[in-house]
Amino acid sequence: MGKASTSSTTKDALVLFDSLRSAYSATPTTLKIIDLYVGFAVFTALIQVVYMALVGSFPFNSFLSGVLSCTGTAVLAVCLRIQVNKENKDFKDLPPERAFADFVLCNLVLHLVIMNFLG
Amino acid sequence: MVGKPEPVNGTATAKTGPSPSPATSMSGLKPDLLNNLSFKTLKLKTKQQELLIRVSILCLVYILAFITRLFSVLRYESMIHEFDPYFNYRTTLYLTEKGFYDFWNWFDSESWYPLGRIIGGTLYPGLMVTAALIYWTLRFLSFAVHIREVCVLTAPFFASNTTLVAYFFGKEIWDTGAGLVAAALIAICPGYISRSVAGSYDNEGVAIFALLLTFYLFVKAVNTGSLAWALASAFGYFYMVSAWGGYVFIINLIPLYVLVLLITGRYSMRLYVAYNCTYIIGMLLAMQIRFVGFQHVQSGEHMAAMGVFFLMQVFYFLDWVRHLLSDTKMFQAFLRITVTCAVGIGAVALGVGTASGYISPWTGRFYSLLDPTYAKDHIPIIASVSEHQPTAWSSFMFDFHILLFLFPAGLYFCFKRLSDATIFIVMYGLTSMYFAGVMVRLILVATPAVCLISAIAVSATIKNLTQLVRAKNKVPQTGSTKGGSSTKGSSKGSVDQSQPFQRNGATVLLFGAFYLLSKYATHCTWVTSEAYSSPSIVLAARGAHGNRVIFDDYREAYFWLRQNTPPDAKVMSWWDYGYQITAMGNRTVIVDNNTWNNTHIATVGRAMSSYEDEAYEIMRSLDVDYVLVVFGGVTGYSSDDINKFLWMVRIGGGVFPVIKEPDYLVNGEYRVDKGAAPKMLNCLMYKLSYYRFGELTTEYGKPPGYDRARGVEIGNKDIKLEHLEEAFTTSNWIVRIYKVKPPNNRW
Repeated sequence: MGKASTSSTTKDALVLFDSLRSAYSATPTTLKIIDLYVGFAVFTALIQVVYMALVGSFPFNSFLSGVLSCTGTAVLAVCLRIQVNKENKDFKDLPPERAFADFVLCNLVLHLVIMNFLG
Repeated sequence: MVGKPEPVNGTATAKTGPSPSPATSMSGLKPDLLNNLSFKTLKLKTKQQELLIRVSILCLVYILAFITRLFSVLRYESMIHEFDPYFNYRTTLYLTEKGFYDFWNWFDSESWYPLGRIIGGTLYPGLMVTAALIYWTLRFLSFAVHIREVCVLTAPFFASNTTLVAYFFGKEIWDTGAGLVAAALIAICPGYISRSVAGSYDNEGVAIFALLLTFYLFVKAVNTGSLAWALASAFGYFYMVSAWGGYVFIINLIPLYVLVLLITGRYSMRLYVAYNCTYIIGMLLAMQIRFVGFQHVQSGEHMAAMGVFFLMQVFYFLDWVRHLLSDTKMFQAFLRITVTCAVGIGAVALGVGTASGYISPWTGRFYSLLDPTYAKDHIPIIASVSEHQPTAWSSFMFDFHILLFLFPAGLYFCFKRLSDATIFIVMYGLTSMYFAGVMVRLILVATPAVCLISAIAVSATIKNLTQLVRAKNKVPQTGSTKGGSSTKGSSKGSVDQSQPFQRNGATVLLFGAFYLLSKYATHCTWVTSEAYSSPSIVLAARGAHGNRVIFDDYREAYFWLRQNTPPDAKVMSWWDYGYQITAMGNRTVIVDNNTWNNTHIATVGRAMSSYEDEAYEIMRSLDVDYVLVVFGGVTGYSSDDINKFLWMVRIGGGVFPVIKEPDYLVNGEYRVDKGAAPKMLNCLMYKLSYYRFGELTTEYGKPPGYDRARGVEIGNKDIKLEHLEEAFTTSNWIVRIYKVKPPNNRW
């Protein structure tokens, strides 16, 4: 019985991933690029966390600024993605140029502060 | 007080479509404005007239907020008040003299002798930097001001700015009318004035501005979903963190608000943008303040924000997946897996963090906020400060007056028109009201919320009433002016008949509202002038003939210290006076108002409550040269060291079990007369306070040695000092300074 249930869950998972992939393929390319960027940032943050777990967090501010740089970038990119996505009714009035300008501004502030904090 | 009725007037007109008549009545206050612009000749449109009225009302409120705080300067002089402001003043002086880097790296050897204090790393620099920037700007514009004047006027200036923020906040959550009323209410609200009169140069002065600004910008960010506003909100938060420890309120309220929105299903993409940007950038900016440092990722008080941050990521990720998947059943399965994983990981992370001591547990101050009785049992040093006591009803009434009644009404209006913004203000109002009940000083945090919510009530009510009054009624007036007749009219069941009654009722109620608001203005002005404008470093009293008597003993004593003691002399006093002694007397102190080291304070408390020879040993070990005590027995000044003595015993006894409180008590009371406990009559504090007092007749018809502060004749009139000698006593005996004698020769 246990065997049957595991095989059925893996099948379910496969079906799930298939349907997710097919649904995702309909996303516009610009959004896919942003998704890739977000994924990369999250991945970098994870690497740093793993490194911290292995080696230690001694210059704690450096570790924090590294991780926060990645999470910050990821979160800001998600915000950008939300704002430029045409399906979101909340942001109909917001032109994508404005959204991108805001994104650049926030990133600028974020990384200036991180440069100060990295020391 | 004069400016108060106008905003209300303007509010009513602002929303009911202003007619020329209120416009001209407004312009009557500003005749030159009328001459220059002359509405009729310019033929301004209604919209433009409204704008003009609104701007002029705001200007008046701005000025009013500033000038109502100047009572203290007029009554006394341009001086810094109370205790903490003296430290702020001293550090600002240092900052303007030595520059920012020296200030940031300043190790202060003049306080907490022999430990010293790293000033740059243990203070919130926002206030000092703000004052220094204003000072440098004024200097640059070649105004030759002294830094003291800048410090004295910083708080009123920021109070004025707060009114502007309140206006915009009110506009954001309700409408322009509510904004104007909020600006007017907060301009004169005693709860805020108590901490922002001229001379009260304390962190709260700028912090309330920063707090309200952060909230306003955050609500704006939630309403617009714009990254730029969220960024601005993060900067507001940064300013708040740099100014005051109360920023913890923001970092907990905003996640709570987000959580409430998530639970009630009012979440939106705008919320995601606003919260995440504010949190990440705000946290990073806050870490630049050294005193706060890594607390945002390490202390239990800040974990709620981080938890909500991760929760939001999971939540929106799920939302996105649901959006992608059309099959609900499949999504259910996916949801179950993800939620289990997320909750598991979160719980493990929190458990490991707490167990390994990586996340520090909540501090005592935080506990004492959640549980009002906590400080009384566990942290006497917090409980000893009078502004940390639970609030009495009377002080709510004193500080809020009619706002206390308008607050629930405003809540009603908020619930009637729920939006993201009104939910925020309701949550801010309710939580801060709770904290205001826990601690007297937190009335200050509640004040902006109470003003805003009350402003909604006032504005909405007046708007409704004026609409009723202005409505064209078909039936001619019946002439009845009874106030409660509207219900009577409606009971008759006829709509046509109820109309005139309604109108009259509305007029009466409108007058009632004006009456209440003018009462509020009168009350605020009275409170400001009578209660909140005394600098507490210079005391004033009424003499026998009704004349004003000024006791300037504190400054006399500190000036004496500055002039007559060696520059490296160490002065021991109770911690309340530490900041003043270093700032005004320029001498090293053992403990001061920073209270970062409980043991050190307990050592001083132990010295004060021991016998003279034991105290001498302690004082020798601390290199004490002078001892300063504050004594109100001659003048009847009640907050002196004898009345604070129970805290010296409690704090001292909390660390050194040698000191036992029952030794000083008789039937559970501290007494100083003949029935006092023998240990009390011979402890150092008693001796220093009452030395030579037995020879003095303080009041006609009373025996010599009659203590006017406590209304008793003292019990030990024959006090001999062995190891100390009297060095200086001020003219009204309020401050007494003793010199510690060097040890006797051994042969």
